[in-house]
Amino acid sequence: MGILPILIGWPLLIAAIVPLIKQERIRGYVVYAGAGGVMVLAAALLGMWLTNGAQAMAFYQETEWVNYLMIAGELFLTGLIVYLSIKYRKYPVILLSVGQTALGIWTEFRFPMQPACHMQIDSLSMLMCMIAAFIGGLICIYAVGYMKAYHQHHKEFQDRSGFFFSMLFLFLAAMFGLVLSENLIWMYFFWEVTSVISFLLIGYTRTEEAVNNSFRALWMNLVGGFGFAIAIAVAAATLGTVQLEAVVQTGAVIPVALLALAGLTKSAQLPFSSWLLGAMVAPTPSSALLHSATMVKAGVFLLIRLSPALAGTMTGQMVSLIGGFTFIAASMMAIAQNDGKKVLAFSTVSNLGLIVACAGIGAEETIWAAVLLMIFHSVSKSMLFQAVGSVENSLGSRDIENMHGLILRLPKLTYIMGIGIAGMYLAPFGMLISKWVALKAFVDAGNFLLVIFLAFGSATTMFYWTKWLTKLVSMHRTKEEARDVTHRDQYFSMFIHAGCVLLLCLLFPWLATTVVNPIILELFGASHEVLSMSILTTMAIMLVSVLFVPATMFLVTRWAHKEYVPIYMGGANEGDNTYFVNSYGEPEHLYLTNWYLRFEFGMRRLMRPSVILSSGILIVMLCLIIGGAV
Amino acid sequence: MGKLAKSPWMLHYDGSSCNGCDIEVLACTTPVYDVERFGIINTGDPFQADILLITGGINSQSESVVKQIYSQMPNPKVVVAVGICACTGGIFKECYNIKGGVDTVIPVDIYVPGCAARPQAIIDGVVKAVELLQKKREAFASQRKKSGT
Amino acid sequence: MMRVVSVILYLLLAPFAGALLDGFDRIITARMQGRKGPPFFQPFYDLSKLFSKQMIAVNGVQLLLILSYLVFLAVAGSMLFAGADILMCLFLLSTADMFLVMAASSDSSPFATMGASREMLQMMAYEPLTLLLAVGFYLATGSFQVVDIIHMPLSSVLMMPGFLLGFMFITAIKLRKSPFDLSTSHHAHQEMVKGLTTEMAGPILAIMNIAEYYEITLMLGIVALFFLNQNWWSWPLAIVACLFMYFLEILWDNVSARVKWRTLLDSCWVVTLLTGGLNFLILMLIK
Repeated sequence: MGILPILIGWPLLIAAIVPLIKQERIRGYVVYAGAGGVMVLAAALLGMWLTNGAQAMAFYQETEWVNYLMIAGELFLTGLIVYLSIKYRKYPVILLSVGQTALGIWTEFRFPMQPACHMQIDSLSMLMCMIAAFIGGLICIYAVGYMKAYHQHHKEFQDRSGFFFSMLFLFLAAMFGLVLSENLIWMYFFWEVTSVISFLLIGYTRTEEAVNNSFRALWMNLVGGFGFAIAIAVAAATLGTVQLEAVVQTGAVIPVALLALAGLTKSAQLPFSSWLLGAMVAPTPSSALLHSATMVKAGVFLLIRLSPALAGTMTGQMVSLIGGFTFIAASMMAIAQNDGKKVLAFSTVSNLGLIVACAGIGAEETIWAAVLLMIFHSVSKSMLFQAVGSVENSLGSRDIENMHGLILRLPKLTYIMGIGIAGMYLAPFGMLISKWVALKAFVDAGNFLLVIFLAFGSATTMFYWTKWLTKLVSMHRTKEEARDVTHRDQYFSMFIHAGCVLLLCLLFPWLATTVVNPIILELFGASHEVLSMSILTTMAIMLVSVLFVPATMFLVTRWAHKEYVPIYMGGANEGDNTYFVNSYGEPEHLYLTNWYLRFEFGMRRLMRPSVILSSGILIVMLCLIIGGAV
Repeated sequence: MGKLAKSPWMLHYDGSSCNGCDIEVLACTTPVYDVERFGIINTGDPFQADILLITGGINSQSESVVKQIYSQMPNPKVVVAVGICACTGGIFKECYNIKGGVDTVIPVDIYVPGCAARPQAIIDGVVKAVELLQKKREAFASQRKKSGT
Repeated sequence: MMRVVSVILYLLLAPFAGALLDGFDRIITARMQGRKGPPFFQPFYDLSKLFSKQMIAVNGVQLLLILSYLVFLAVAGSMLFAGADILMCLFLLSTADMFLVMAASSDSSPFATMGASREMLQMMAYEPLTLLLAVGFYLATGSFQVVDIIHMPLSSVLMMPGFLLGFMFITAIKLRKSPFDLSTSHHAHQEMVKGLTTEMAGPILAIMNIAEYYEITLMLGIVALFFLNQNWWSWPLAIVACLFMYFLEILWDNVSARVKWRTLLDSCWVVTLLTGGLNFLILMLIK
């Protein structure tokens, strides 16, 4: 399998080349080639793995010089953080960064390990590779058109597109490394790389807000990274191994708990959610990448990997409690947001909470749901971010209020957005089925609180998505016209995503049996059908109803003869549905706004209590776990 | 009795009445008169109404409103002018701002006189309107058939 | 075979059952108010009138969305009457409602949009209990399948009286009864013209009404689910229980005034926790 280094090396190479190319056109082509290459390589890897029998395979036992290279890399990253922290006067970050690097290097030299495999391909890492390669690749393609329009809109920011693309590709490389690593030290290295790159991406515009948010992201992820480093040290000292699988099998309490903490920070669970919410200041492709294919999925990936060791333990309880709480708290706060990207961010946090809760329970059924949720979430969320980004470029705003009647102004983008939103919560689409399985699994696990969280969280989730959707489909003519400035490559990426959402829904039974079941088999050594086939057939029927019924009804409504009249405005309609006669006898523009319940569900009201509560849970439970183990 | 006759829903609009007739219209829905016996619902929505009940004369401000509400009612529909002001303009006829009765703006089918019109008279007018509605429905159906073929 | 028959019967008879119940409702309501009330078959007269009227609309998609609402409600009901998964049925019910909300806000008229927002809030208020309800049935009977639930030796209401109470509470929302008729109400006492249905005229309104009839039947079907067991006598018992429960809703409608949205949300969530949540906790502990 010589293809592995190529898979990681190719995006690295592109990342090195891109900033050197000054001409925008050529750079675009290089990015296309790079993204295409990543996809081809990932597909080739998949093909080779499948022809080899789709078994778990381990690689690279002797890797001395790579290890030294990584130490050098880590030192470089630390240096970079120290330099930037001094530059922007964020000194506490230095402590975190230097501390964990020192700890990591000390561990490596103090406890020399038996040679063991450093990388491993199994079903789960293969799935993560596919998500990173295809969704990440498409996001890179999308970014070419997006960045052009972005800098036409935002003249105030310095155009650093070359750097931006370089970071995107670097991120993909780090993500491949992360999901393929079996050795914790390697994984930790890639983990740190993703933290630093996300920091650099968030700070792209170099405004004060961006810098602050990027440092917040950095320190939160470094806290998780610190946990990771301590976990490695403890595992090396007490267990004598730094292989992830070995740690999971022994179920050693302290390393598992600290790794879980790292997973929670990376997947932006409360109390660490604010870094992901702050990440919105960056250009949209980076948000899409952080939210869907990479960064946060790395945290979830680690937790799923750990899940056999979490089942039935106190650590598992902590993880699932934090996840469930994040699910409901974030979905409530999403109600009060009118910024499209903010809603998406809260929804990401909330959905990840559900996945994390599933991983914390650590039963077969819940992991089944978690993996499916992860797949559906990646595709839908990436698409939604791209759609919102394109709308923002066309309208000059990403406020949901300004998307009123978008279907008349930007119909193509509205359909894409609509499919994405439907994919996030409506009946026949995968997210909901996964939620269904999660609910059943929570009941079987006897977890009262999680069931309550899920029941109420589903209701609030429904509210904020429906609200957005109705804004889009409203037949409202606004004063200002919009011109669609979306580039062809952006549409290319979004159409593929939309196709994927629909296809994944149609292929649901296939997905469940061929993709998810092997992952469960590898993690738990056994796998039985979670959904009975009859439900899968029901799903197929429902899907037909979703595609077939609207189509026929569309024809019926076409056929029905209708007379159009103005909407009712107490008889004071000016005749065009957008103006009415006000009490002075003047025409007044109709303005309809959504309901945000700011006083009830606003971030200002809910964020602080949730952070305090979740930190309390986290600290108390961590103390109990670690105290109990020592 | 035909389909429409059994379920006439009405919309009550106050043009510029002194509210005397309005009180009487509302009296029709009270237990004493209970117009719901006839399937009549006093709906507030022109889209769902069959009978437009107007009290008071039309002034220049309410003119466009009445026209618009009338246009938002689906066919077949009937207009009932309740009270003398709605019929002719009544004592306000000569006022500078009054255009006259409802029929100066939209076609009126039934005139219910009185100042104020008594509930019995209003119910009688509505029953007349129901008969007319039935005729209009037949005409509407045959017209629809013709245009269909 | 039985399932197919039952689904076909539901699809054919549910609108009639709903309309008859509506007629019953209107007479009882009138009597409670000291009036005579309309004829018993008034809902049928209304429907046939609505279908005979001119088709006016404010846009091209409203009819499409309302039809989707009808179809999804019918599918959700069919799942219940086919003995399929109850959780799926309830999920579909929310999806159907979402189409209604979209239909109302597609008008972008002030009244309908306001009604749509309130409808969304109502969905948020009742949804937690519906999900917990399915979980409750699962805990009480060991299955999400309606077929298994109705073939238990004992009625599930014995295990889940709290859920029944909570369900009765939120059914007022689904039946559009006071105090929870915020988005639109059946009679002409809506404070914002006709809320959600303001721009629905003639045949479109008729479709909306038929959909509501399907919904009434579906809700009462769920009530029946509490009482049905493997004995034949549970069927008449369930029907009596449904009628009684419907009567209680009418009574509640007539003795209470409409509440504000905040009260609606708070009371529904608190009641959900107190009835459904507690009952669920007890079921989980004794399991």
